[in-house]
Amino acid sequence: MGYHVPNSLSDALDIARLTGAKVIAGGTDVFPALGDTPAPAQMLDITRLPELRGISHSGATWRIGAATSWTDIQKADLPPAFDALKLAAREVGAWQIQNAGTVAGNICNASPAADGVPPLLALEAEVELCSSKGSRTLPLAQMITGVRQTALRPGELVSAILIPDMPDGAQGHFQKLGTRKYLVISIAMVSAVIWTDEAARIAGARVAVGSCSAVAQRLEGLEADLMGQNASDLRDNSAIWTTHLSALSPLSDIRGTDHYRMDAAAELCRRTVLTCLQACDE
Amino acid sequence: MNKPAPPTSVSFTLNGAGAMAHPQVGERLSQTLREGMAQRDVKIGCNAGDCGACTVLVDGAPVCACLMATQQASGRTVETLAGLVTQDPIAQRLSDSFQAHAAAQCGICTPGMMVTSVGLLREHPQPSKLQIEEALGGVLCRCTGYRKIIDAVHAAGLGQTTETPTTSAVGDPIPKLDGLVKTTGRDIFSDDIAPPDALVLRVVRSPYPRASFQLGDIVGFVAKTRGLEAVISASDIPGLNAFGVIPGFIDQPVFAEEEARFRGEAVAGVIGTAEAMRAFDMGTFPIDWQELPGAQSVADALHEDAALLHDTRKGNIMCGGFVQCGEADAALERADVTATGQFTTGFVEHAYIEPEAAYAVPENGGITIHTGTQAPIMNRDSMALILGWDEARIRIAPTAVGGGFGSKLDISVQPLVALAAIKVGKPVRLTYSRSESMQSTTKRHPADITLTVGATRDGRLSGFQFLGHFNTGAYASWGPTVANRVPVHASGPYQISDYRAESVAVHTNNPPAGAFRGFGVPQSAIAQEVLFDELADALNMDALEFRILNALEAGTPTVCGQVFDQGVGIKACLEALRTSWTSERAAAEAFNNARSTEGSALRRGVGVAGGWYGCGNTSLPNPSTIKAGLRPDGQVVLHQGAMDIGQGANTVISQIFAQALGISVHDLVLLGPDTAITPDGGKTSASRQTFVSGNAAKLSGQSMRAQILQMVNASEDAILAFSDGQISVSDAGQTHRIDLGKLSTTADGYVLTSCETYDPPTKPLDANGQGIPYAQFGYAAHLVVVEVDTVLGTVNVQNFVAAHDVGQAINPLLVEAQVQGGIAQGLGMALMEEYIPGRTENLHDYLIPTTGDIPPIETIIIQDPDAHGPHGAKGLGEHVLIPTSPAILNAIHHACGARIRQVPATPSVVMAALKGAP
Repeated sequence: MGYHVPNSLSDALDIARLTGAKVIAGGTDVFPALGDTPAPAQMLDITRLPELRGISHSGATWRIGAATSWTDIQKADLPPAFDALKLAAREVGAWQIQNAGTVAGNICNASPAADGVPPLLALEAEVELCSSKGSRTLPLAQMITGVRQTALRPGELVSAILIPDMPDGAQGHFQKLGTRKYLVISIAMVSAVIWTDEAARIAGARVAVGSCSAVAQRLEGLEADLMGQNASDLRDNSAIWTTHLSALSPLSDIRGTDHYRMDAAAELCRRTVLTCLQACDE
Repeated sequence: MNKPAPPTSVSFTLNGAGAMAHPQVGERLSQTLREGMAQRDVKIGCNAGDCGACTVLVDGAPVCACLMATQQASGRTVETLAGLVTQDPIAQRLSDSFQAHAAAQCGICTPGMMVTSVGLLREHPQPSKLQIEEALGGVLCRCTGYRKIIDAVHAAGLGQTTETPTTSAVGDPIPKLDGLVKTTGRDIFSDDIAPPDALVLRVVRSPYPRASFQLGDIVGFVAKTRGLEAVISASDIPGLNAFGVIPGFIDQPVFAEEEARFRGEAVAGVIGTAEAMRAFDMGTFPIDWQELPGAQSVADALHEDAALLHDTRKGNIMCGGFVQCGEADAALERADVTATGQFTTGFVEHAYIEPEAAYAVPENGGITIHTGTQAPIMNRDSMALILGWDEARIRIAPTAVGGGFGSKLDISVQPLVALAAIKVGKPVRLTYSRSESMQSTTKRHPADITLTVGATRDGRLSGFQFLGHFNTGAYASWGPTVANRVPVHASGPYQISDYRAESVAVHTNNPPAGAFRGFGVPQSAIAQEVLFDELADALNMDALEFRILNALEAGTPTVCGQVFDQGVGIKACLEALRTSWTSERAAAEAFNNARSTEGSALRRGVGVAGGWYGCGNTSLPNPSTIKAGLRPDGQVVLHQGAMDIGQGANTVISQIFAQALGISVHDLVLLGPDTAITPDGGKTSASRQTFVSGNAAKLSGQSMRAQILQMVNASEDAILAFSDGQISVSDAGQTHRIDLGKLSTTADGYVLTSCETYDPPTKPLDANGQGIPYAQFGYAAHLVVVEVDTVLGTVNVQNFVAAHDVGQAINPLLVEAQVQGGIAQGLGMALMEEYIPGRTENLHDYLIPTTGDIPPIETIIIQDPDAHGPHGAKGLGEHVLIPTSPAILNAIHHACGARIRQVPATPSVVMAALKGAP
């Protein structure tokens, strides 16, 4: 029984396997979920594992340690494709939350409105999972399986987020729609990464939408349809934004109706992609 | 497994010194700091990272202490406000700046604001206002509207000092007298007083809107649960199991008996040691629930098959209100244009950052209850009924109040904690969680209003027909007051000779709707002010000039037939907006033309609305008494019984008293409020403290001065000076000295005492609501510029100009503070706030504005001294949000053509209206 603070990953994995302890990093989701109920008898604190901290690049892959905070993301020197992730990092709760909350925690909490997930989907992130038996990687889309549900197995910890290099010149952008300015759960949000050819036509597009389905979704139909288009094509083509939303299934709730969310998602896609294109142009 | 044993102790540096804690597994740092290390300057508002009140610096970075396990602080540096203000010059500069800018009102968010600001200024010594807004975006404030906080941080960054007045006369913008304790974290709020080892009470609540229940084996449950002392329920109430605030409507049980009428209603309490209650699982409490069909909407409650919430209230109608003059129907017939609309508003939560808490101590054959309240004497009287005790055995000793806004007029924690302490014969504390606070305390009434107004071609109003249903929840609370006030005020401050307004208060299975800044008037003002814009449109008149043309004036009767021969400031308020109205409309047009050309979806609009509010009780006695004493050592002591809930009564009442006596406020000692030592200052509601208690303070100061002058036959012009054991009275070139040591002292140790009462002159309303409801009204007009994203429906408010007729500003700094804070609440009501039981019971689903949502606010203070006010002053607290919501809705229409008939106007609602717009 107790609060475990291992200082190596192998110790942490042993504790995870043997105790099934509740994993805590930033605590920004663990404590709100507790409410007035007592804390679990076993907790596994992963914030003092050197293997889980920091951002590095090797080969063609970026590695973001699982316990990297959102403030660390904001301050990191990352290519422009990561701009979406950096913008999202400023929208996760507020400063207090960003100083504590971690990238992997945002994934493991598996909220449909997790701010970090659309940018990571658009960056084609994979999740590295470790257990005392070994490690495996999963595409982020397979890691989050439903509302508050993940593919994490008992005894497994997320150790890192792996992001492949995007083509040179790729630009990311993120837009979050909420009812107030700060500290808000989004009504809808969109993240995109775009790169263009020499003629300023889209040569690659990754677009992901959050808060409009149980799990944030890439819009692969839209991504395909965007290929070869330039900014002026897109300004004349309003239908492109509304015809590829079948992956979305927004709810009507206090934050907005399903119809409103669908319309907002289309408009956010348009604005986000056009902002990326403009940045590609500069 | 590689052995890291669970730490039994955690060491860290706390405010520069070594500290060691022995936390439970997963104990929150906020808990350890407050309960284990006496660091009560760390406030808990939500325990979920939604409010930021508990912000501390860990290795210099602001974090919510409620979201951090204490074990995570091991080896690190933790700084809290109390430490920072003694050690860090940045914090000291912020403390000065917060006081000079009136950036702390109630003070409960101040530690979070100040600590976060220290973190910001260390990183960015001279931040921009935008940087400040972003940095403070995670700390909620419900009092200030943020602008003064942002200004204070900005000035502290630039090293600017704000001059504070050298005198403290009426009209001087002096900083709050209780400002320093708030900016240093030393103020004691309701959860800050109980010792850490006090017994803890937790409350068992209904999980259903309506349910019957049976308690199980309580004796066995207490016996088998480690650390429990007792359980209390309805059978433990020696007196009346009922409370309320209006005679004839004392209908809310302390603990429900057999049936609960709303989700969150208390049915029992569990008392145990602090340790046991931390580990207590509410699910083990022996109770059987049977959910029953309930009525949650007014329509359901009015249905002929609906169950009655209270047997004596047929049709679930609690009461109504009515005002009529002239012939509304005939005037509407005569009108050249009419406008009609149905408007709906939702429950609005007060969302003070301090959840209710109390500490009850059985002592001296009675009970002392330490708690935050807006109405100590009413609390005491309710407790006397519940306990069946003489009032003298009950002492209400108020703490600082971390926001009230109307809800802390009612009792909540008081009887629960008192009954618990009496049951076990020991002190007991009770602290509501955020969700308990939201579930169980009063709300603003949802309204469903149908209004038709008419006007003739010359622009004059012709006929006004109003019917409003108000969802009053399960119990009366202040529902009767809302029902009375609405028909009196629904006209707005305008001349309407043919008027009919009816309100109906309907019971539903919801939390009781009660008092919330404005008592129903903000809801009716939405309908009235939006339709006035539509009338002006139909007449092709300017919306501001239409209001000016129809504004009340001295000599014109209100809809109650009351004629003021002075003190009617609405026209002056509206006229004060003319310049901004012209320039802002032109600027919006230019902006919109430019956006239209470039294909942008953004459109700006300018809206205006007026409002009025009668200060004090409606046609009922409403006295305040203020006592003062002079000690033999020459110290003047003011027994200040008018609750300061952040608005500034401690300062304003002192300024008025001190001016009447002829001394500086800084030479006063303040006592109370405390029912043991302060006479009844009445309740802090209805914008009455400055007006009513202010008058009592003035009379009290005058009385003491007269007693002193009489002793030496000095003239009214004499100058008084109080020093060690004597008063010197300088008059006409002579100085008289009064040796206080030679005077006899009263039982409470005073050589002179003054105790005076003021009760505003009103007269009853007749069956048609005709009479003299209030001795004075305050008036207001707001102008607002909004920017609407016409594709997403988001509304970004750009700036406000707010004109307020306050008669005489006793303290202009605090007037501005009230105006800005009220506007923030009005903006929240207009754009984002709706309490839905079972759905928005926390501060991340229930949204109140953040730093980024409140734009700059220009306050124009109109001063036309009122015949009844102390030095001409009027009340202000409620007026400040009445015009805000309708002004925003009118601005949205001006921007994009969307006519909105419901609040909150969330982006989804705005888009639906925009799609329906022509």
